[in-house]
Order: sequence, then C-alpha cells, then structure tokens
Amino acid sequence: MFVKELTKKYDGKAVVDGVSFDIPKRSVISMIGPNGAGKSTVLNILSRLIARDSGLVDFEGQDISHWKSKELAKRLAILTQSNNIQMKLTVQELVTFGRFPYSGNHVTGEDMAIVERAIQYMELAPFRDRFIDELSGGQRQRALIAMVIAQDTEYVLLDEPTNNLDIYHATNMMKIVRRLCDDLGKTVILVLHEINYAAFYSDYICAFVDGRVARFGTVREVMNKEVLSKIYNVDFEILEIEGKPLSIYY
Amino acid sequence: MASVCSLFVGVIDLDLPSLFDGDMEQLKILVVSRLPRLLAILCTGVGMSVAGLIMQQLCMNKFVSPTTGATISSAQFGILLALLFMPNSTLWGRALFAFATATLGTWIFVWFIQRITFKDVVMVPLVGIMFGNVIGGITNYLAYKYEMTQALSTWLVGHFSLVLRGRYELVYLVAPLVILAFLFANHFNIVGMGKDFSKNLGVHYNLVLFMGLTIAALITASIVVVVGSISYIGLIVPNVVAMFKGDKIRGTLVDTALFGALFVLVCDMLGRVVIAPYELPIELIVGILGSLLFVGLLFYRLKHGRRAIRLKGPTFGCGAGVSDLEGGADEC
Repeated sequence: MFVKELTKKYDGKAVVDGVSFDIPKRSVISMIGPNGAGKSTVLNILSRLIARDSGLVDFEGQDISHWKSKELAKRLAILTQSNNIQMKLTVQELVTFGRFPYSGNHVTGEDMAIVERAIQYMELAPFRDRFIDELSGGQRQRALIAMVIAQDTEYVLLDEPTNNLDIYHATNMMKIVRRLCDDLGKTVILVLHEINYAAFYSDYICAFVDGRVARFGTVREVMNKEVLSKIYNVDFEILEIEGKPLSIYY
Repeated sequence: MASVCSLFVGVIDLDLPSLFDGDMEQLKILVVSRLPRLLAILCTGVGMSVAGLIMQQLCMNKFVSPTTGATISSAQFGILLALLFMPNSTLWGRALFAFATATLGTWIFVWFIQRITFKDVVMVPLVGIMFGNVIGGITNYLAYKYEMTQALSTWLVGHFSLVLRGRYELVYLVAPLVILAFLFANHFNIVGMGKDFSKNLGVHYNLVLFMGLTIAALITASIVVVVGSISYIGLIVPNVVAMFKGDKIRGTLVDTALFGALFVLVCDMLGRVVIAPYELPIELIVGILGSLLFVGLLFYRLKHGRRAIRLKGPTFGCGAGVSDLEGGADEC
C-alpha cells in the first residue's frame, strides 16, 4: 500500500498537500504531528472515508476507490473517534458485526468461532452480554478492537485509539496495537498525539507538519532532538529507556 | 415477553366474536367489519411501531418517529393533493399520492438534519415537529380554501370505525414491508452506528439510509390512508421494547411488532368500551395512554441516576422532555 501526491483542500486551503509515502507491511506506523497537520485527514483518505482531491492511494496494486466496498472491508478496517456508540448492543452482537462483510445476514459456525476467538483474545468474555453503552471507555475500545479482529483484515487503521483513556488503559491499548502486529501479522496505521507511545510501540513514525510529511522513517530516525523540535516548535530532549528513544519536552 | 404478547393477541382474537356477536348476532358482521377491523388494528400496531423503530435507528435518535419525523403530516398532505386533483380517486390513487409525499417528506427531513449536524439531540425531534407542523399548516390552509376540511378530518384523527371490507385491504401492504425491514435489519443496525462505521463494514450508507426511510414512509402512508394519523405508537413502543431488549433490530423487531399490535388492540378495546355503544377515536386513547407511558419512561430513566430532566414549556412538551432524556443517556 502506498500513497502518492495526496492532496485535500477545504475551502481552498490545502489540509493535505502533496503527501507521498510507502506503508511497510506487518509493521506499526504512527502518524504524529501538531493539531491540524493533516494526519487524521490522511488516515481517513487511506481508508476511503473521505475523498481526496488529487493523488493516488494504491491498495494492493489497485486504486482504493476502485475497490468494491465489501471486498475492501475484508482487507482494511478503520476505527475512528466518532465511534461513540450509544446503541444498546451487547459486546457479542457488536463483535459479530465484524463478520458482516463476509457473511451478511447468515452468520455461520465458522464466523461464530472467529467471533469467539476475538472476544477471548481481547479478554472480553465476562462482558459478552453487557450492553456497550454500559461499559467503561477502555472496555468499549477493546470491544471495538475485538470487532476489527473479527473482521480479520490485513490492515487496521486507528484514529487516536488512546484518546479519552487514562494512562493504564491507554498503555494497554498500545500493547494491544503491538500484539495486533506481532501476533496477528497485521499492518497497523494509527494517529497518535502522545509521541512516546509512538516511539515505544511503533516501527515507523510519520511526522506531519502543515499538511506535508515532515519526516517518515524508523522510530530512531524520527526520535531526534532536532527533528522533533522543528516539528513541534518546542524544546526536546531524547532519553534511552529499555533501548528505546523516549522524549521529554518542555 | 414475545410469547405473552402473542398469547394475548390470540386471546383477544378469540374474545372478539363472543364479545360482539352477542350484540350483532350475525356472522356477516364479523366477516365484513370485525375481522377487517382486527386485521387493520394488528397491521397498524405492527406497522407504526416497526416504522418508528427503523426511523429511530437510522436517525440515531430515540425520539424520531413517523410523528416527530414529519412522515404522517406529509402523508396527509398527499391525501389532500389526491382529493384536490383527482376528486374521484380510489383508495389506491390516494395511497400513491400519500406514498410519494410521505417518502419525500421524510427524505427532506433526514437530509435536513444530516446537513445541520445538531450538537443537541433535542433539536432533531423539535425540527421534525416544526417541519411537520409547517406541512400540516399548508394542508389545513389548502383544505380550508377548497372546502375540504371535513373530508380531510377523516385522516387527521385516526380511528378504526370506517374500516370495512373493501376499503381497508391496503394495510396488508404493511406485511411485506415489515418482512423487508426484517431482512435488512442488520443493515439498519450498522447504518445506525454512523457513516464511518458502516463504510468500515462495506455497507453503502446512503443507499441503506434512504431505503430504510422509504420502507418506514411507505408503511406509515399505507396506514394513514386507511386509518388516519395515529401518533405515539412509533415513539413509545420501540423505546419500551429497547429498554428491555436492547437495540439489535433482528432481536427486537418481532417483539416491537407484537407489542405494537397489542398496544393498539388494547387501546381500541378501551375506546369501544368506555362510552359504549359509541366509540372514541383510537388516536385519543393512544394519546392518553401513550403520554402516560411516556412520562413513566421519563421517570424510570430519572430513577436510574441519569441527568436531571428539565421540561421545557408545554408547547414542545413532548419533544423537549424527550431530548433531555436522550441527553441524559448520552452521559453514561
């Protein structure tokens, strides 16, 4: 999967301006950058949730807009922040919807087995019959991830999955993201605000400034005092913890 | 709950002949009037509550219904147009007009609320009520101008007393439409969870949205043409059922349909018994019972520790109360 010269304008102002990069398979790629740098917009274009003005999103050799939506739903999943579901669905029912692109209305035994595995994997078994609007934020987020696991896609796109979660739940969420890649072999692309989560849990970082890619590279390449200072316009120090670069900003 | 419902429906079904044959003593009446009436009641109850359920899911708002979504008033407008332009129109002719306007009215309403994304859930049913009143106003004006008020009044207040063999069969349309709704239940559920959510699962959001709305509008229109306007059912019944059974349409559609049928059946019996041998229009009974249930619903939510409900003046009593309730539910 790669994007080339991606552009998106709102009211004549380019929010995404000539963005190009390749997405390495089986890795975790974090998109970081200041507010309004266009990272969420790029994620939404990658997942065909919003249309681009120009440029190319290539997905397995074909432009993403030429994919049939049902076929694409078997290969690429996205969770946005707008998933504040108020519906009274049980966890089990929600996760079963992940099988919808495959089976539609006729859920097979195989589907149920996959749903069951997803629920077990996310440790949601005790909550399976609870309504999602009664769950805590962290549990609800896990239920949505379980649905994505049941959807069994190669690519998983997450828009600020740690948003509104406390440190404990946010860290757990990042560990889950890592496992999605390491255990299940998925390519995970996510938008993050917390740089250190990006540094600790991802393979690559894509830093955005003003709708452009300021830097795309391995964690070590981007987690650099000068690079980060330029992106965020604040002073940075880089520390080494457990062999990984972490940042302090002030 | 479903079994109890169906049992009740069965019991009343059995009761009807013995209750009324005593007065009339004629099988003919049973076939010409009682049976059609019973079937019309069942179709109305099932249809209105299912239409309400679909609209609530698709609009992501618990307080949208054929009444608060301008569907009923649009259907009435269609009937008036039919009366004006084709004075000799048959039931089917009027139905076609009602289908067209009800569908169009609902579409416009939903297009409008999607355009202006309201932060406040209060606004959606309020806008619907206002929009419905505007259409109702035009209808009344036209009716007054062309001296059709009397003819129109039949469709303004819902009642079953004119349901006789030969002029009610249209309500049967409800059956295939409800089955269609059941087939697409999962689609409606997914669309009800938002545009991004449905796109992620490869469901065509706009297509399903407008198809669902059309089904709801057609159900409503076919009932309005035969019976007249019956409010509240589409609002109350799906909410009560969802409180116990959740929002998975596949699981609740049958319960909603049965409970709706039972509700209308009970209301109709009350209407006929209270001032026998005359009868009260069903709309009146449903209105009284419905608002009581609705207040009960509000208090139930209050008791369960949700945000306080402020009632905002009597004009929009229903809409305002409703929205605050939903606002309260948001927080959990």
